[in-house]
Amino acid sequence: MSDAVKANGEPKNYLNDTYGIKSWLLTLDHKRIGIMYLITLTAFFLVGGVFAAFIRLELMTPKGDLFEAETYNKMFTMHGVVMIFFFLIPSIPAVLGNFLIPLQIGARDVAFPKLNLASYYLYALGGMFAIAAILMGGIDTGWTFYTPYSSSYSNSFVSLALVGVFINGFSSILTGVNFMVTIHKMRAPGLTWFRLPLFIWGHYATSLIQVLGTPVVAITLLLVVFERVFNIGIFDPTYGGDPVLFQHMFWFYSHPAVYIMILPGFAVISDVIACFSRKRIFGYSFVAFSSLAIAVLGFLVWGHHMFVSGQSTYASMVFSFITFFVAVPSAVKIFNWSFTLHKGSIKLDSPMLYVMGFIGLFTIGGLTGLFLSTLGTDVHLHDTYFVVAHFHYVMVGGMVMAFLCGLHFWWPKMTGRMYPEGPAKLGVMFVFAGFNLTFLPQFILGYMGMPRRYHAYPEEWQALNIMSTAGATVLGLGFGLTIAYFIWSLFKGEKAPANPFQAKGLEWDIPSPPIAHNFEAIPIVTWEAYPYGPEEAASQSTETATEPAKEDEVV
Amino acid sequence: MSDHAQGAHSLHHLHQFESAEQQYESATLGMWAFIVQEILFFGGLFCAYTVYRNTYIEAFTAGSHHLDIFWGTLNTVVLIASSLTMAMAVRSAQTNSGPGRIIGWLIATIILGCTFLGVKAIEYTGKWHHHLIPNSTFQWNDPAFPTVTLGPAKIFYSFYFVMTGMHALHMIIGVGIMLWMIAKVRRNEISAQYFTPIEISGLYWHFVDIVWIFLFPLLYLIGRHH
Repeated sequence: MSDAVKANGEPKNYLNDTYGIKSWLLTLDHKRIGIMYLITLTAFFLVGGVFAAFIRLELMTPKGDLFEAETYNKMFTMHGVVMIFFFLIPSIPAVLGNFLIPLQIGARDVAFPKLNLASYYLYALGGMFAIAAILMGGIDTGWTFYTPYSSSYSNSFVSLALVGVFINGFSSILTGVNFMVTIHKMRAPGLTWFRLPLFIWGHYATSLIQVLGTPVVAITLLLVVFERVFNIGIFDPTYGGDPVLFQHMFWFYSHPAVYIMILPGFAVISDVIACFSRKRIFGYSFVAFSSLAIAVLGFLVWGHHMFVSGQSTYASMVFSFITFFVAVPSAVKIFNWSFTLHKGSIKLDSPMLYVMGFIGLFTIGGLTGLFLSTLGTDVHLHDTYFVVAHFHYVMVGGMVMAFLCGLHFWWPKMTGRMYPEGPAKLGVMFVFAGFNLTFLPQFILGYMGMPRRYHAYPEEWQALNIMSTAGATVLGLGFGLTIAYFIWSLFKGEKAPANPFQAKGLEWDIPSPPIAHNFEAIPIVTWEAYPYGPEEAASQSTETATEPAKEDEVV
Repeated sequence: MSDHAQGAHSLHHLHQFESAEQQYESATLGMWAFIVQEILFFGGLFCAYTVYRNTYIEAFTAGSHHLDIFWGTLNTVVLIASSLTMAMAVRSAQTNSGPGRIIGWLIATIILGCTFLGVKAIEYTGKWHHHLIPNSTFQWNDPAFPTVTLGPAKIFYSFYFVMTGMHALHMIIGVGIMLWMIAKVRRNEISAQYFTPIEISGLYWHFVDIVWIFLFPLLYLIGRHH
């Protein structure tokens, strides 16, 4: 069936296997679902980007001259809601995870293809609710939906947006369930846990958080909806309810959600850095377990968002202490990636440039996190631009860079076309330079005390704010350029060979783009992950465990 | 999509699986993972309940006294019985006892499930008449508990309605699943070789029952020694 050659000579693949809009909208093929996510996500990214542009425009001048304060509240809220719930959380798992997990583990599809499609439609439906809320007049609570403002006072379309986030949460949960089962039960013969690419480990850890965390925020947000719509009393202080309880329940998910937003980034980086250093990843099992450690520790640190919310000082001390621990597995990853580079033959293609950018920016994002997890300094920095800069360094400098990195790396596999390397390199430079110009000044502004979520500020901060806005413009140009040449490449790009980067992994052994059922025959895996060295490549079909096993123990 | 599955396998396993056994294990693990997320979903409610129960002990006791212990107990018995009939349905599928018997047990489960929901409706109506629905019409006046004010009492009833309401919603979905299972049995899709759907539906049903086993004492039985 799959050998069939089309009339025009092009071999059958998942893109030309069937035609028509229905064959896409009702597809059960994980690869097509991944592409559908990519298109929808990009739309949400652009919507969120427009709000970001409005924020930066307003902040060019000290006076609130472009928007009313209320409108500005809506701008940053909708920027946050769209970017976090509808872009960052699904980004890498839903696009690259969907596309690659079955390919990398040698399976024909995810365990539950219908559920996978249902997840996509839940995501789209949730997105519709959010878009409806935006079009009808917006939301002004901040993306955190803190009570009692969100439950009793806000006159904006909070319930609609909350229902959207609630539905989208179930998309996330079901994707997590699907990936977990797929990774547990669908691996090809011989593909043991420690032969898996680290991309899979990262997604496994992500799925754990999605399944364990998301339901808690789902019920929490539902309670706020009930409070708004039916006027029940759970968080409402006039009945003796506790708004701080909302914060606890919200952050119990939303802090781990930060790791939903970064672990898949780690997953991508591990695969790409090994390929472009032509070396097995340094300390494979440490990188693998550090993902799980982050997933577990991530559930124990939510209180660090609430140091000034009136939680007990002793709780704050414990949360602060555990938060420092998160730095350990994160640093394990950074050091292992750096050692992977050591004595590798590094090729600076554009995916690798994104890796380099990621490592630098994520390190800054991570280290500034330590400032915030320290009780004393957090009181000073809480709710300032320092926090804004910190999480943008992790989310944009980390996750978005990693997403772009993965998109470039696997673009030939996904589309059968090469992206143009020249513009891609230019794109990285724009993104990297623009990003730093946007957010580095915000660290300084925050340290000087500029609070977040205000549309006006004292005049002495204007120079830094103008730098930030200029940087955002460059960053936007970088994203625009990237989207443009990706679309260009679909039509004019060079035809991609099966393995353009000489990368290792089951997905590279099949044609680009893959056939509808991925593999002609399910492969039998007898080698470790990332067999990049010369002797390892030669012995790919034999067991090679001795040398790398030693390496693992060094760290 | 099923064009890939070949020969004798195609009846029992989908194209993405290599064997019927792999499909069975995946489906079961998937349902367990789903139940874990359900536990966390209700867990959020139980956690919030615990916090307020600890803050407003008197109010929760007072609120509990206005719940009808007769209907609550009856419903507990009904649900435990439905778990038995569900287990019997799974058992008859596994032992190839014929579609008639499987459908019989499934219908018994549905009847018990609907009985539960009917009783719940009676209880909700009673609360409506006593102005104990926690919206803007909520009224509170209980001479037996003079120190309990309206606010905390309303919080108790908010929990009562959200928790039992979420549970009832799960029951309704469960009844829907049972109807679907009956259709599957009638189409001869269930046999001693392939009973996965009915088994994982059973897992779901038992889970929903267990939630009630926690809800019943937390809502109906607290402070009964007063």
